[in-house]
Amino acid sequence: MADAVQSLADRVRAAADAGMRLCLRGGGTKDFYGGALEGEPLDTRAHAGVVRYDPTELVITARCGTPLAQLEATLDENGQMLAFEPPHFARDGRAATLGGCVAAGLSGPRRAAAGALRDFVLGAVLLDGRARVLRFGGEVMKNVAGYDVARLLAGSLGTLGVLLEVSLKVLPRPVEELSLRLELTQDAAIAQLNAWGGQPLPISASAWCDGLLHLRLSGAAAAVRAARSVIGGEALAGDVATAFWRSVREQTHAFFASEAPLWRLAVPSTTPLLALSAAPFIEWGGALRWVPTRPGDPIPREAAARAGGHATLFRAQDKSAGAFAPLDAVSMRLHRGLKAALDPSGIFNRGRIYPDL
Amino acid sequence: MGANERNSVIDPRRQQAVAAALRAFLPPQSVLYDAEDTQPYECDGLTAYRRVPMVVALPETEEQVRRVLQTCHAMDVPVVPRGAGTGLSGGALPLADGVLLSMAKFMRVLRVDPAARLAVVQPGVRNAAISDVVAPLGLYYAPDPSSQIACSIGGNVAENSGGVHCLKYGLTVHNVLGIRGYTIEGEPIAFGSEAPDAPGYDLLALAIGSEGLLAVVTEVTVKLLPKPQFARVVMASFDDVEKAGAAVAAVIAEGIIPAGLEMMDQPATRAVEAFVHADYDVDAAAILLAESDGTPEEVEEEIARIKSVLERAGATRMTVSRDEAERLRFWSGRKAAFPAMGRISPDYYCMDGTIPRRRLGEVLRFIAGLEKKYGLRCPNVFHAGDGNLHPLILFDANDPNELERTEQFAAEVLEKCVEVGGTITGEHGVGIEKIDQMCVQFHPDELEVFHAVKRVFDSKGLLNPGKAVPTLHRCAEFGRMHVHHGQLKHPELPRF
Repeated sequence: MADAVQSLADRVRAAADAGMRLCLRGGGTKDFYGGALEGEPLDTRAHAGVVRYDPTELVITARCGTPLAQLEATLDENGQMLAFEPPHFARDGRAATLGGCVAAGLSGPRRAAAGALRDFVLGAVLLDGRARVLRFGGEVMKNVAGYDVARLLAGSLGTLGVLLEVSLKVLPRPVEELSLRLELTQDAAIAQLNAWGGQPLPISASAWCDGLLHLRLSGAAAAVRAARSVIGGEALAGDVATAFWRSVREQTHAFFASEAPLWRLAVPSTTPLLALSAAPFIEWGGALRWVPTRPGDPIPREAAARAGGHATLFRAQDKSAGAFAPLDAVSMRLHRGLKAALDPSGIFNRGRIYPDL
Repeated sequence: MGANERNSVIDPRRQQAVAAALRAFLPPQSVLYDAEDTQPYECDGLTAYRRVPMVVALPETEEQVRRVLQTCHAMDVPVVPRGAGTGLSGGALPLADGVLLSMAKFMRVLRVDPAARLAVVQPGVRNAAISDVVAPLGLYYAPDPSSQIACSIGGNVAENSGGVHCLKYGLTVHNVLGIRGYTIEGEPIAFGSEAPDAPGYDLLALAIGSEGLLAVVTEVTVKLLPKPQFARVVMASFDDVEKAGAAVAAVIAEGIIPAGLEMMDQPATRAVEAFVHADYDVDAAAILLAESDGTPEEVEEEIARIKSVLERAGATRMTVSRDEAERLRFWSGRKAAFPAMGRISPDYYCMDGTIPRRRLGEVLRFIAGLEKKYGLRCPNVFHAGDGNLHPLILFDANDPNELERTEQFAAEVLEKCVEVGGTITGEHGVGIEKIDQMCVQFHPDELEVFHAVKRVFDSKGLLNPGKAVPTLHRCAEFGRMHVHHGQLKHPELPRF
């Protein structure tokens, strides 16, 4: 593996010397996410494999090119999982890698209950823009030595360097899971999800679409049983439930079939029904709302901001509106400063988050 | 441990000038500079280090905070932010040429939103006060450092504080949704939000645990959780410390994440039992406390599983709390471990290393060896679930020789933590105390990145300078190199 790091470092050094831009890329499953790809591709997949995994430590350390599916299979064999349930978006023979997963920073249905990807990042090894190999964080649950640069890298879309290795906290799979289906209007679903959220119920995922609310309960068998009697609804067969939540996570659900631009609105979970051009698909107890737009529709960035949230243009042919909501001037200055600190020549994934980053 | 790199003498003319500049917009009682007024601020919870600040500023509005920072920035005066002053690493140790910025007057809970399960609070609000305020709503704030009755949420943000329940519920960084505040230049910042996944870099994560070096926080939005209906704790005895360590691994291997999982060795339980009478088994080599919370049904199910694992792991005695009073009594011993040490020794020195749990036996044997080497006792309390060790070296600070031996003892323990793949600090922060051990944990290139991050936020280096991240020069003088997995990185490179 030293060879793979050496070859990545050589490419980075050469690019920095030549002022050439690089496009860091694993399986390419998140090519659609963020701004347009720019620069010479730098494939990270040769640097692969699990470095350390002792299930009783609840930590896995793996190289960036490790296929996400392989990593999850390893955890599964030991009754464990990535609790943030990351989407793979594996399509057309492309397979997600760990590096891409962490760089994208996207979490799946379990996020509202278990936490986001960034919550599980314990450490990272970074190849920065000067081709230096840097270790931040570590492989222990609690670590406050130095700034939390490892967590900063989660969701940085490869703009700060090549994530060579990542250490993630892992959790045991729930003892029991049960999914329920209820008929509810959008208003009622949002209110109900927030009311349930304030009670000690083991809701591990929620999805509302077209008058139907799906809930997943995860936990001790007794807790799942008790919650079911509180919530009611119709139980789904195990395999149907598994397929349903996979379709939500991977956006293969019928809602996402349209080619129309897809917006991802992150809002406070209690935000009432938003005035949008189409009915949304709602996840995370109300905090995540997916909305397609048709030509001529107003972009939902204003609506999200008014609600105290932000809107990302998630999938679209035309991203001239900007993939991510703009930042205030001070935050943008800090972003440019951090970018310059780790990538002084500006070679990594330019324009992937903001045009001048 | 940190020696004093800076001038410790206050320049009276500078003091007058800075005080006058602050009094231009702060009321007289909010600007302290007479020694008798500034003395109470000379140290935080790490009392071995003391220094009287040049000036203490006690603003009470955000606008005043902004102007204090702008004024100090314009006059090139360093600023040390301070919350409740309970920190254990000297992070709020004042500077003789600096302003101590106390956030103690920021005591208000600004907003509680029960439906969204969040509270917006000022940084001086005490950790436990948040849970008290929202208790009638059936909610609570999860991180519970042992000092929770006194420590403030602003300090918790600075240190990324943990507690005894963080294996299951996370640290401060997992339970804070957003912060607002100012840079040293007085520019407003807002990181994170009530909506998930704020766009751009995760500046919230960077700011949390930055020990007051990047920004001053004036408002914190915390996540509230539904209070578990019910909790019970199993107290298990072991005749061997390593068996207790193996039992912890066995619980995790069984797929159980207890709400709390703590270990204490016999010297610790004996000191505690004499102090609080928590019904600890003082004949055991170690005891484990494993807590389960949730619905009554859930707790019964999990407690049964925990008991069965602990029994197989060789527990010699097990008691399950019968009611809430007994549960709190079992925990009272653990929470009183530090003050209990104060009763059996003139002074104690608390360490905070975190290690991979599988190396526990090795590290405890190493510590036992150091007890002999330095002739000092060292009971251990341990956040076993997340590998965070708190060995407590007992010493007498009036004996300079004992203090020096204690510091060497502590340094060896922390360096051992790094050697086994852990860290020098799990939750107390680096502050001034562990600044030299940072040179062991990090390579100069990594320290250089930390300094670069600092410059992005604070180009003049005025916010809490000299804490948390050592200069490369200091590391060179300290003379110990960063070693990772027994190998020097880039052995071909010249050093400093």
